[in-house]
Amino acid sequence: MSYPTDRKYTKEHEWITADGTVGITNHAQDSLGDIVFVELPKVGTELTMGKSFGTVESVKAVSDLFAPASGTVTAVNEALATAPEQVNKDAHGAWMIKLKMKDPAEINALLSAPDYEKFVSEEAGH
Amino acid sequence: MSVVEATSVVRKTALNAVHRQMGAKMVEFNGWDMPVEYPASIGGGIIAEHMAVRTGVGIFDVSHMGDIRLAGREALAAVQHISMNDASRLAIGQAQYSALLYPQGTFVDDVIVHRLGDEDYLLVINAGTREKDFNWVRDNTRQFDCKVEHLSDDFTQIAIQGPKGVDLLQKLTNADLSAVKFYWLTRGTVCGRKNILMGRTGYTAEDGFEIYVPPDEKTSARVWHEILAAGKEFGVVPCGLGARNTLRLEGKLPLYGHEITDTINVWEAGLDRFCKMEKPEFIGRAALEKAKAEGVRKTLVGLEMVDRGIARDGYKVLDEGGREIGYVTSGSPAPFLKKNIALAYVPPAQAALGTTVKVEIRGQGVKAQVVPTPFYKRPKRA
Repeated sequence: MSYPTDRKYTKEHEWITADGTVGITNHAQDSLGDIVFVELPKVGTELTMGKSFGTVESVKAVSDLFAPASGTVTAVNEALATAPEQVNKDAHGAWMIKLKMKDPAEINALLSAPDYEKFVSEEAGH
Repeated sequence: MSVVEATSVVRKTALNAVHRQMGAKMVEFNGWDMPVEYPASIGGGIIAEHMAVRTGVGIFDVSHMGDIRLAGREALAAVQHISMNDASRLAIGQAQYSALLYPQGTFVDDVIVHRLGDEDYLLVINAGTREKDFNWVRDNTRQFDCKVEHLSDDFTQIAIQGPKGVDLLQKLTNADLSAVKFYWLTRGTVCGRKNILMGRTGYTAEDGFEIYVPPDEKTSARVWHEILAAGKEFGVVPCGLGARNTLRLEGKLPLYGHEITDTINVWEAGLDRFCKMEKPEFIGRAALEKAKAEGVRKTLVGLEMVDRGIARDGYKVLDEGGREIGYVTSGSPAPFLKKNIALAYVPPAQAALGTTVKVEIRGQGVKAQVVPTPFYKRPKRA
């Protein structure tokens, strides 16, 4: 799996683009398995980098979503409420929320695609 | 001062390398390195595996299950003393669901008792309770003239489950499986190996067999692959512990450590029909007689989520007013029923069908309803 280079990645397995679109990584969907439930914040919610902003559930697991940047939620992918399996099919396309970032420079501290890939392979090697 | 961690050795079944070769996602379960699900590329994923068992056939490596054999002049008397069901009703070649109880009437474990011969019984027990169960059985049957053997490592146990399970196994054995009723056993040649024990049992609420093959890696792998090859025409899928759990939950089959524990008694768990109080004596009987007279404080019910949310193991159950009344023992999306279901302990006053309760999910009370169980019952086939 090669990770798109047009975005940054967190160690909690979220991705964020420069325009503030947020989702979870292919690695995350693969570890979770069949995703059946995605709980997202409402438009207008203020998020703080590193804090939980929602939940994704597979058949067997519950996992928190962590904000990759601070900012205000401007859009929510409502389609995931009825078709959460989209995240399994296309994790890097099935976005969850859009953020108006408080400080766009904040995401410079996140992982690049190659660094994230390395992080994931090291994690798997435990 | 340095902290010395207890070295826990994760155990592997003889099929471990096969699961890894097939790309299964592995997890530690009760000290065992087991497949939780197989990759989508070979028909896997918990939902797909679950559906295969409900509509076709799936196979499971359940070699982590344990086995205890009691044989000898007083084997029946020993089994009767340590188990709650009535083993005297078993014909040779028949099996029954039962449980080992503490004197308090709570659970050491649930078991399937198989009668292999005259004064010869095989108890199939849970993986996480192997040593505890064996010690319990040995220590509590010393007064009987019967040999207690721990045979847990003597078999690779494979479950072949689903409406096509019997057709699949029939292709690989000379035994006439149509003559074997549910919860009966037979022996026959399977994949060229003679005298293989086959029980029409399982943990999926479907028809099917569990077979006990020699535990060496070569034979185990060969049998596993031959079953998969023979099952192609039925769309067979290898299944992991994830689907095993959702399948048993839809069928309300209890899981040790969840619905049944050392603090829950038989009446609370609702397993009355497997507990034969007409038997004059068995461990736990006196306490159960007293408990029956006193009545239960909690009872196991089935819940279906009414509002959006998934109940999970350990979540609190609240009444409509938000007061805590119980807890979820097992909760999950139900892939075949396409509902979010749970088993929970609540007071009898809130256990009536149709009662509205709430499950506390991340601090919010989410509406659920008490529904009939089992959630799923396999259709009767002609």
